[in-house]
Amino acid sequence: MENSIYLDEARDPLIVAEGWMQDGKNVAIATVVETWGSAPRPVGSHLVIDAEGNFQGSVSGGCVEGAVVAEAVDVIESGKAKMLEFGVADETAWRVGLSCGGRIKVYVERLG
Amino acid sequence: MDPYALKTLNTERRARRAAILVTDLGDGRDRIVREGDQVAGELGAAIAKAFRTGNSGSVEAEGRTFFLNAYLPQPRLLVIGAVHISQALAPMAKIAGYPVEIVDPRTAFATSDRFPDVALHAEWPEDVLSRQPLDSYTALAAVTHDPKIDDFALKAALDANCFYVGALGSRKTHAKRVERLLALGATADQIARIHAPIGLDIGAASPAEIAVAVLAQAIQAFRSRGLEATASARKSESILEKHDA
Repeated sequence: MENSIYLDEARDPLIVAEGWMQDGKNVAIATVVETWGSAPRPVGSHLVIDAEGNFQGSVSGGCVEGAVVAEAVDVIESGKAKMLEFGVADETAWRVGLSCGGRIKVYVERLG
Repeated sequence: MDPYALKTLNTERRARRAAILVTDLGDGRDRIVREGDQVAGELGAAIAKAFRTGNSGSVEAEGRTFFLNAYLPQPRLLVIGAVHISQALAPMAKIAGYPVEIVDPRTAFATSDRFPDVALHAEWPEDVLSRQPLDSYTALAAVTHDPKIDDFALKAALDANCFYVGALGSRKTHAKRVERLLALGATADQIARIHAPIGLDIGAASPAEIAVAVLAQAIQAFRSRGLEATASARKSESILEKHDA
């Protein structure tokens, strides 16, 4: 689906989030707001999460999604947005073989 | 995020219109800005730049930190004419990040043998465009040399405000084309937007070199969207200032 001119409705995180919202689910939206060095996903990328921990999209190509999902469940509960930062120093953050060595900042907020 | 902002954003994205989600990182409030909406000050300047580049990022303005998430439709290139230039242009444009579709009703030209891995329509532009309308994130290059095929598509591209409209042919050919487009109801301002002869002037000689010139010109048009309007607005402002003085 590289460079498709149409949205991929089944996989687009913001479309999925809107669908979840319409189904009455509580949803959090995580967005990459800053990157330093080589980061796997560009600024603006989204990961959307529901209260059960289901998620769609990506903020790091798989490296830190687990941590973001866990934080997102808190954000849904509290309604209070969080700014998360992940770097190369986090042993668990980067998948073996991923030579990014970068850092990313992820903003997590509740929808509504 | 405001649920209404999300709905609006998805509506804009589905319709292939650009939008920016502006989030105040201090209090979490957000709003959608559409292309062409007027936003004043430093924030407005940053928003205009984000629309042009498609790059998202944080900006300090009015003593606050805003995150601008730019959602630009995927730009694409529609080529009228399954000719030699198009054979080179299609793979080049795809590599540059501009998906290509080719339209040519002449079935001898529009064959998958000549155009492997390209969305190819062996139909009249009228038929293809009625199914898939043009928009301001589409570039149109008309390269058949045949008015019966090119003209309708050119007029449609001007009406849809395509970010790039190019037409193959000499100045003499273009002068005749201008007459025909005027007869079709195009305005002089619209016609002035057509790049003809097509392509940046790099002295291109072969079909493949012309393809490079066309692609470069389309990219230039895409990355300078809105700059002309801003420049002319500034110019008229400075004229007014002089007048006042």
